[in-house]
Amino acid sequence: MAREEVMIAAVGTLLLGACHPAEIAPHDAGAAAIARGRDAARRLGCGACHAMPDSAWPKGRVGPALDGFGDRAMIAGQLPNDPVRLAAFVRDAPALVPGTAMPAIPMRDEDARDIAAWLQSLHEQ
Amino acid sequence: MSNRFLLASTSAGWPPPVLDPGGPYAEPVTLLAWALLIGGAVVLAIVVAALGTALFGSKRLKAKLGGERAIWLGGFLFPAVVLTGLLIWGLSLTSSLSPQPGTDAMRVRIIGEMWWWRVHYLDARGQEALRDANELHIPVGRPVLLELESADVIHSFWIPRLAGKMDMIPGRTNKLLIEADRPGVYKGQCAEYCGGPHALMGFVVVAHSAKDFERWRAARRPADGGGGPGLDLFLASGCAACHTIRGTAANGLAGPDLTHVGSRQTLGAGILPNNPGTMAGWIADSQAIKPGNRMPAYHQFSGRELRALAAYLRGLE
Ligand code: HEC
Ligand SMILES: [Cu+2]
Repeated sequence: MAREEVMIAAVGTLLLGACHPAEIAPHDAGAAAIARGRDAARRLGCGACHAMPDSAWPKGRVGPALDGFGDRAMIAGQLPNDPVRLAAFVRDAPALVPGTAMPAIPMRDEDARDIAAWLQSLHEQ
Repeated sequence: MSNRFLLASTSAGWPPPVLDPGGPYAEPVTLLAWALLIGGAVVLAIVVAALGTALFGSKRLKAKLGGERAIWLGGFLFPAVVLTGLLIWGLSLTSSLSPQPGTDAMRVRIIGEMWWWRVHYLDARGQEALRDANELHIPVGRPVLLELESADVIHSFWIPRLAGKMDMIPGRTNKLLIEADRPGVYKGQCAEYCGGPHALMGFVVVAHSAKDFERWRAARRPADGGGGPGLDLFLASGCAACHTIRGTAANGLAGPDLTHVGSRQTLGAGILPNNPGTMAGWIADSQAIKPGNRMPAYHQFSGRELRALAAYLRGLE
């Protein structure tokens, strides 16, 4: 009996382990930062160029749609998608990718960080 | 003037609150709306009570309700008195909203277009003094007489916090008075379906203190010509066929005057915040943002060109 229980526990642990791979936090952004970032993106009108998840309008087509951005390896196909670079990019894209059509957009430091947190929280459904 | 504050408040105040009057020409409208709503509710309650009595009441009550007296009182006298009273009150209230002779009002002509607005500031003699689009600047505490016209179909001009709605009818000039009690941004919306992107035909009123208004007015000068590569692109890409930038060769009339586009609160007639990003997005593909509007999408610009064009227009203050 006792041995059977141990076996079940062991198998259970293995299965659970398989379902929940150790969480690698992509960034330490909390839900609050993500929500603020989403609101900042709307307030600044990012939708004029990008279709954004959970936003019915506007659905701009000038730049790429932003759903699943957290799963993307690269920013603008050129830079590693990490939170620090992403925050810098959303605020001043031409400084990092000189030929881009995306202009530098005046915003506060917090807005840039929050928007990066929000972008990296977007995953393919 | 704190631009950041204004920007934040433009995106926040949508849709414009309709029961929050911000001036003397909106207050009576709100009062009338509440009176009609509450009065209507009271009458509805009386009618429902009478219906209930007719269906479920005692014999005695039913007889009373069907009696001649009740019919004369409830069916004739009551509606006649209430409706006549309402008519007189409503008419006198709304007539106090229309321009009285001798009002010292600033005059502005606003012309509805599918799906944006021309704004012509007039001087005291009714001559055009300044052209702009999609945004109206007014001093607080002074009535502003709007002469409303249409270039194509019927639109309706509506700044809920400053006045009631007024139709813009081709071939007619309708007058509407507005006044703001406090400085701030008041958003508006076309309130008569005018086809295609009607729902995206917004408007912005910015009310300044008297001193700020004078400053704003004095700053409305033509562009100084030093446009650089942005202006060259503007002229070379055909934008000037539809848009005017005073002080340059661009003198098109089909689209909004862009002489001061960089200082507007919004782009696309009240619908987008105005920043370098939305400016670039609008130029490259306004059709994705405001489907069916009369400006073509521009897919020919390189990234650098688009940014130069957007930066030039943003600089037009
Ligand atoms: C065929 C005429 C036409 C051409 C050509 C044209 N536009 Fe427009 N443009 C319009 C119209 C019409 C609107 C108003 C659209 C609306 O809001 O419904 C507009 C709106 C705009 C606005 C927004 C103005 C505001 O107050 O919101 C900008 C900025 C603008 N155009 C820039 C350009 C640039 C830059 C070019 C050239 C690359 C260009 N336009 C070419 C017709 C044109
Ligand atoms: Cu309309």
